[in-house]
Amino acid sequence: MHKDPSASITHKESWGTYHMLTLNTPEIATLAAPGQFIMVRTSLLHQPLLRRPFSIHAVSGTELIIFFQSVGVGTRLLSLTNRGQALDILGPLGRGFDLSGDLKGLQAALVGGGRGIAPLFFLANELRKMGADVRIFYGGNSEEDLVLRERFASAGFAPDCSTEDGSYGYHGLVTDLVIKDTREAYAPDRLYACGPDGMLQAVGELAHGLSIPAELSLESIMGCGFGACWGCVHKIRKDGEEAWRKICEEGPVFLAEDVVWRGEDR
Amino acid sequence: MTDLSVDLGFCVLKNPVIAASGTFGYGLEFQPFLDLNLLGGFVVKGLYYDPRPGNPPPRLFETAGGLINAIGLQGIGVERFAEEVLPKLQGLEAAVIINVCGDHEEEYAMVVDHLNGLEGITAYELNISCPNVKQGGRCPAMDPDATFRIVKEVKKISRRPLITKLTPNAVDITGVAVSAQEAGSDALSLVNTFLALAVDAESRRPALANVLGGLSGPAIKPLALRMVYQVAARVSIPVIGMGGITSGTDAAEFLIAGASAVQVGTANFVDPQATLNIISELEDYGRRHNIEKITELIGTLKI
Repeated sequence: MHKDPSASITHKESWGTYHMLTLNTPEIATLAAPGQFIMVRTSLLHQPLLRRPFSIHAVSGTELIIFFQSVGVGTRLLSLTNRGQALDILGPLGRGFDLSGDLKGLQAALVGGGRGIAPLFFLANELRKMGADVRIFYGGNSEEDLVLRERFASAGFAPDCSTEDGSYGYHGLVTDLVIKDTREAYAPDRLYACGPDGMLQAVGELAHGLSIPAELSLESIMGCGFGACWGCVHKIRKDGEEAWRKICEEGPVFLAEDVVWRGEDR
Repeated sequence: MTDLSVDLGFCVLKNPVIAASGTFGYGLEFQPFLDLNLLGGFVVKGLYYDPRPGNPPPRLFETAGGLINAIGLQGIGVERFAEEVLPKLQGLEAAVIINVCGDHEEEYAMVVDHLNGLEGITAYELNISCPNVKQGGRCPAMDPDATFRIVKEVKKISRRPLITKLTPNAVDITGVAVSAQEAGSDALSLVNTFLALAVDAESRRPALANVLGGLSGPAIKPLALRMVYQVAARVSIPVIGMGGITSGTDAAEFLIAGASAVQVGTANFVDPQATLNIISELEDYGRRHNIEKITELIGTLKI
């Protein structure tokens, strides 16, 4: 992991509250793996004080892309940055998706909810390079949330979409769309998901029902992003023991079977 | 060039900048970002005798210029620390200070007893001031008598210098400081976090699972400075000041107010190289003010 105090913004795109920034950051970009994240300082003053975590959306040469939604002060400030400005970032951080072993012919289902679609573009590209057969399930509250539809389609990953208000694609939750397809003819070998906790929990249950593994990328408020503050914990089972484990260091990607959701706590 | 070294009586630091407990992990987490040898010292995360599970999340809440945390001293316990971490902290030029925790007097002594025989430790910092482990944020450092008892007990068996870390949540921090000194503490560090509450108005629920937490960061700096100033005026042992330091100027302010060294906490999260920046800014400060030795600054507030 590195600190790059001046990762320059080389490209910016916005769709409503969603934004995409391309950063030139050679050391970090060349080390990055799907599922890892960076911590970005959104202000050089003390407000907001802490860096904000963003999963890595794509990597190309010395550049990496983040895709995010403006939901608070930090992300709003970041959404106001422009090409030519430099950002102070740390990365690549955390443990990403498991791409070890022979993935040739693997039927991979990638499930993204809202801004949680961010890391799945990077993952889809890497999985395809390794010979996997990738399908994207992309859900949102309404059509305005599915801003990366065309980007995925033009990369050859035309997504199956769902909206909760029925304004585009399947009317309902993205996980119900995946369930519907698996009941018909689709038989994924592995699920990969990033999105709200409820969605991740449902993906985990689906994987359990299908007796296949699922990898979930968890989101959390983070103090530091590199394991020093112990602020971003989630209850994780490991070696038969449940404990609060750091999302930034042991995750953000965990096997669904290891993730303990609220209510399951003992 | 300004000589940044400071003598705390029981050890000489190459500069007065120490990374604060709870914000610096076990030190190792920062090695990708900085050379630990460049620091005056660092205090590792609070250690109980046994591993501690910590509090449920959410554990963090950001406020204007500050951070409220309720981590609950999650940690690996003294045995794993001795086996897995301490061997990697040997031979450093920086002072390695162990933050010692306990649920009761005996546990503090047990931790110190376990560490006494091990190499590579400069001093113990007695954590009697964490607001996140007991109901209502209570801790021994809120009370001069409880402070006296624990310091006295640990001092009896400690083979190393003892720094007592004080809470700003005491009614009279100077009284607690005097008690710690009388019980034999070799130095004081202050302040720990301010007991705080964050409310989510939408849900009418506390923002932290622990309900109460401890506030740190630039927001608390003037309060911390005031306490360092008052305590330094009352005790003769060295005071290590902390609370919201993010720059060399901030560090200089604490020295001027009476601190002999400083600790840097929350700033380590914002920038893992914060301590290094503070050291170099302190050097700049010394150059600008033609200061030969940084110790010339200590307690020089002109009233």
